[in-house]
Amino acid sequence: MSAVFKPKAVTANDLLEGDAVWLNVAGGWTRDIRKAAIIEDEAKGQSLLAAALQQEDVVVDAYLAEIRIGEDGPEPVHFREVFRTRGPSNYRHGKQEADNVPL
Amino acid sequence: MYRYNDFDHGFVRERVRQFRSQVQARIDGVISEDEFKPLRLMNGLYLQLHAYMLRVAIPYGTLSSAQMRALAMISQRWDKGYGHFTTRQNIQYNWPKLRDVPDILSDLADVEMHAIQTSGNTIRNITADHFAGAARDEIADPRPYAELIRQWSTDHPEFQFLPRKFKIAVTGSSDDRAVTRAHDIGLRMARGQDGDIGFEVIVGGGLGRTPVIGEVLREFLPVQDLLPYIEAIVSVYNMLGRRDNKYKARIKITVRENGIDKIRELVEAEFILRRASFGGADQELLARIKTAFPAPDFIDAPIANFKTALAANDDFATWVETNLSPHKNPDYAIVTISLKTLGATPGDATDTQMQVMANLAEQFSHDELRVSHEQNIILPHVHKSHLAEIYARLADVQLAAANVGLASDFIACPGMDYCTLATARSIPIAQEIAARIDELKIERDVGLLKIKISGCINACGHHHLAHIGILGLDRAGVENYQITLGGDATQNAEIGKRAGPGFPADEIVSAIERLLEAYLAQRTSRTETFLETYRRIGIEPFKIALYGDGKANHAA
Amino acid sequence: MSIIVTDSGFAPAGADSHFLDIDAGHPPTDLADELNNIEAIRIEFASFADGRGFTLARQLRLMGFGGRLRARGQIMCEQYAMARRAGFDEVEISDADAVRQPQENWLARANWAAHDYQSQLRRPSS
Ligand code: SF4
Repeated sequence: MSAVFKPKAVTANDLLEGDAVWLNVAGGWTRDIRKAAIIEDEAKGQSLLAAALQQEDVVVDAYLAEIRIGEDGPEPVHFREVFRTRGPSNYRHGKQEADNVPL
Repeated sequence: MYRYNDFDHGFVRERVRQFRSQVQARIDGVISEDEFKPLRLMNGLYLQLHAYMLRVAIPYGTLSSAQMRALAMISQRWDKGYGHFTTRQNIQYNWPKLRDVPDILSDLADVEMHAIQTSGNTIRNITADHFAGAARDEIADPRPYAELIRQWSTDHPEFQFLPRKFKIAVTGSSDDRAVTRAHDIGLRMARGQDGDIGFEVIVGGGLGRTPVIGEVLREFLPVQDLLPYIEAIVSVYNMLGRRDNKYKARIKITVRENGIDKIRELVEAEFILRRASFGGADQELLARIKTAFPAPDFIDAPIANFKTALAANDDFATWVETNLSPHKNPDYAIVTISLKTLGATPGDATDTQMQVMANLAEQFSHDELRVSHEQNIILPHVHKSHLAEIYARLADVQLAAANVGLASDFIACPGMDYCTLATARSIPIAQEIAARIDELKIERDVGLLKIKISGCINACGHHHLAHIGILGLDRAGVENYQITLGGDATQNAEIGKRAGPGFPADEIVSAIERLLEAYLAQRTSRTETFLETYRRIGIEPFKIALYGDGKANHAA
Repeated sequence: MSIIVTDSGFAPAGADSHFLDIDAGHPPTDLADELNNIEAIRIEFASFADGRGFTLARQLRLMGFGGRLRARGQIMCEQYAMARRAGFDEVEISDADAVRQPQENWLARANWAAHDYQSQLRRPSS
């Protein structure tokens, strides 16, 4: 069963702001994980990641993170990735400051 | 306090200028992230989970009111209106923008501060006893020596690329409040046979994945040999420390693998080689530095109003009971301002709170503040007649928590709310335990208790040295918290023992409650502390409190 | 071919047969007896993150080595001041590295004697 590929998205931190961003289908970056490009196979994942690592004029530290597909699009799986979509739990700072972010 | 001379100013301004051009080069695409990363780290700029983080050095934890005001201003102007004081006596800003960082560094330079060597495999900010210059049990103020080491270690040409980071702590007191036994080098002031001052030199302590209590390398080092001797230690480590495995690169492993005797032999030989190169210039500098740390001009005034206020105001009396420490001048007290008000984030202060603390220091504490490794702020020199007013003004800004040394006076690292290395969160756990303790109203009954929380094995939250330590881990994608018991951060330093399997986030608070109940049930009297009870009865009764007696359900 | 960096910038490397080549982990005490007879020593830096070469240079100087001391290999221009302060006379880098880190970057560090905390702490050896 290990051959089953779990869906992923390319994520990174924005060079200037430092916050979490996700690669979208247009090859640009979005701050909303729901708009992230869904990667369904290993080869595609590796090639998009390699391309993202070349984009270091806009992002830093790109990597592949597991996602699941929810009603509104991709959702984070690991709790660390959940925090990256919203911000810290002690203040309403970061992405959760804006209204349109899932909590 | 030490004030920058032209040389210090020139050095820091030059570094700001260099970093400004490096940031510009990165933004313009002239240098890559691989090239930029070591440069930004040399200037204290990290990339964390949600943003960049700037770690600003507070040498030996000492601040003037002007510096504290500048820290407040920076948090307000460039960040989100607060800062986080750390166990390394630094302050961290959690939301700076890359483009703004050179301006922030320039604002820091205006008040003689910087973020140099707060990261990287180099000698980090020198930490010291936060009661330095004020404590009753002190031989001498350790800060002139800390400042000497600061200058020596700053930009030291040999030691910018050590095998791993290197931390030095210094204390002038017999009560060790600087955790000297858990540093790469710990310096404990002592008196020699002729009454002259020197240091006991401890080497190879550290926490992290392999916690080690440091060993004595030299029992008595005369002060005039301080720099050549520690330069000898760091150079021996630079040559001998492992570079093949990051987890074996700290000096604690070098000492373990080579043996303390071999290290001592190498250091003593190197020391002879090094000593000549200073030629007394270091001692002349030390003499100049010492003049910058005079004893404050203590006032001589009646303290009758202090006694009246104590009798009249119960809340004030409660605060006095926990938040004051004995000062060398009997009319004075050392005030610890708790950054652990119920609901607050341990170690955080808002810009308004920082300003109030700065004003109080200016008016009532001979213009001085300290940051403690326990993430509180100290007013080191307060005449007792001013205590009631200070208390009232602290209460206005939610800084009057009367819990110093008690269960809710946590150390808690930022954990996964900010830190990219974290395996679990720390802050909400601290907040939930504080809320539970408040509900139960047992904090004062429990008395002296150190709870320390780290969000990963790196142990920035010193959990190994806590009476009750909590380590947050990731167990198959779920936050899980492991408990250690019986650690001690004082001169009798000890590493806590793991109690058993960890607890999920929604069970850790009740587990801590069971430990407190077990202690209350087992102690012989109110004066026997948690640690004393633990040492008397051992870990077993606490394991039973956590997990049942073995026949009952396992790990409820 | 390689490039020699000094305070006055780049120069092509000349004949270097008179250099004793050692790596950064070489115990300096091994050379104690012959130091006076050695004309020039070249210390190899295998990685810019490995700072042993700086300490080795300082140790050789403290042991009285007065000959030419050169650092070769993985050295960043940001480390030029450290190399000079530690006792090196010059740095040798590959042609490729010289393209990546052009002369002006090194010249920007040629004022290594300024802003040096050690100068505040030590008696200049005369
Ligand atoms: S202990 Fe771990 S999680 Fe906490 S601040 Fe240190 S590195 Fe980050």
